[in-house]
Amino acid sequence: MQELKIPALRNGTVIDHLPSKVTFKVMRMLQLRDYEHTITVAINLPSIKIGKKGIIKISDRYLTKEEVNKVAILAPKATVSIIKDYNIKEKIRVKFPDIIENIVKCSNPKCITNNEDVTTHFKMVSEKPLMIRCHYCERSMSREDITLK
Amino acid sequence: MTFKGKDIISIRDLSKEEILTILKTAKQLEEKPESDLMKGKILATLFFEPSTRTRLSFVSAMHRLGGKVHGFDTPDVTSQKKGETLWDTIKMVEQYADIIVQRHPLEGAARLAAEASSVPVINAGDGANQHPTQTLLDLYTIQKEKGTLDGLNIAFVGDLKYGRTVHSLCIAMSHFKTKLYFIAPTALQIPKGYLDELDQKKIPYIIEDDLLKVAKELDVIYMTRIQKERFPDPVEYNKLKGVYQIDRSLLNHTKKDVRIMHPLPRVDEIKKDLDQTEQAAYFRQAGNGIPVRQAVIALVIGMI
Repeated sequence: MQELKIPALRNGTVIDHLPSKVTFKVMRMLQLRDYEHTITVAINLPSIKIGKKGIIKISDRYLTKEEVNKVAILAPKATVSIIKDYNIKEKIRVKFPDIIENIVKCSNPKCITNNEDVTTHFKMVSEKPLMIRCHYCERSMSREDITLK
Repeated sequence: MTFKGKDIISIRDLSKEEILTILKTAKQLEEKPESDLMKGKILATLFFEPSTRTRLSFVSAMHRLGGKVHGFDTPDVTSQKKGETLWDTIKMVEQYADIIVQRHPLEGAARLAAEASSVPVINAGDGANQHPTQTLLDLYTIQKEKGTLDGLNIAFVGDLKYGRTVHSLCIAMSHFKTKLYFIAPTALQIPKGYLDELDQKKIPYIIEDDLLKVAKELDVIYMTRIQKERFPDPVEYNKLKGVYQIDRSLLNHTKKDVRIMHPLPRVDEIKKDLDQTEQAAYFRQAGNGIPVRQAVIALVIGMI
């Protein structure tokens, strides 16, 4: 029944199982606001897996592997499906990226990136538990510390 | 392995082989001084935060190699006061010098400077983050005093939470066979991230709050100052300062050939009565800054 609420996608990408509260952040992170084709967004849909979920359907655009992995920064349980002619051609499980550039803010107020106009740059140092390290100040951050720029 | 043009920003950037090459070069320069090696070369010291000892040590190292030094030791004289970015300052300075030594209160400032600069940058301290030449001189001191960097039991005492020298030395020592002892009250213990790194590298360590309990096992005792400037809360500082003070009586509980180190300046954590003992290595340690910094300068400029 849920599918009826959102128009089916002919060609494009579906990002599913997003926590509702990060759905718009994912939109911002993937810079979808200026996208000229149709984007359908829904939040607070019931989900057995995560309670309430969000979904983004982007028509006529296929996310790159890098973009898919960016989703994992905010939504590690998200799934990304590539749709062609109304059929799922590929279902991709998101994977946290090894390198994160200019998306995440360093949690260290004394980091140069929070004081001068510098592109932030993090490296993943451990996947489980997730730990990323700032390229500049070397501060390690866990998932709870991660906020977007 | 080539050092020419390399920036020295963090001890994490240096492999075990690179560390050992720097220590070997320092030994050569100490045994056979080279007073003309840097003739015609200019070192710029950019000290956005005051530091007498580190700055003097770099200046002295360069002068003794026959090079020249210019720069500033307070940010008041720089264009940063006028709002110039660090990036722009470095783009200007790189044209006036063959090598840049920088100290900055913001963490990561050295990495940014290295990205902006076409000449090598040496980090002389970026906030509470890194001070790699201090770590190298600590390693040089341990090697010189104990004859090896392997098979040693090393204790860090005092402020292990905020002390960057401890963090960096702990990472550097993980290249060698060692056992580390972290001796501090709970509030000043080593951050968990460093213990995770040691676990990954299978380096054994002990967390303790009583130095005397483990004193007889130790080869090196690395004392640190409880640093007032790193505490956000002065009440917390007053509560913990002076928790670990040692004096000559400690030697009754240690091995005879233990070595006591300290990055200096000390406040009251080491009593003066220890200074004249052969176990007190801290002033020799400060002196070791010269050959180590000479080695780093000469290697990254490509003169050795």
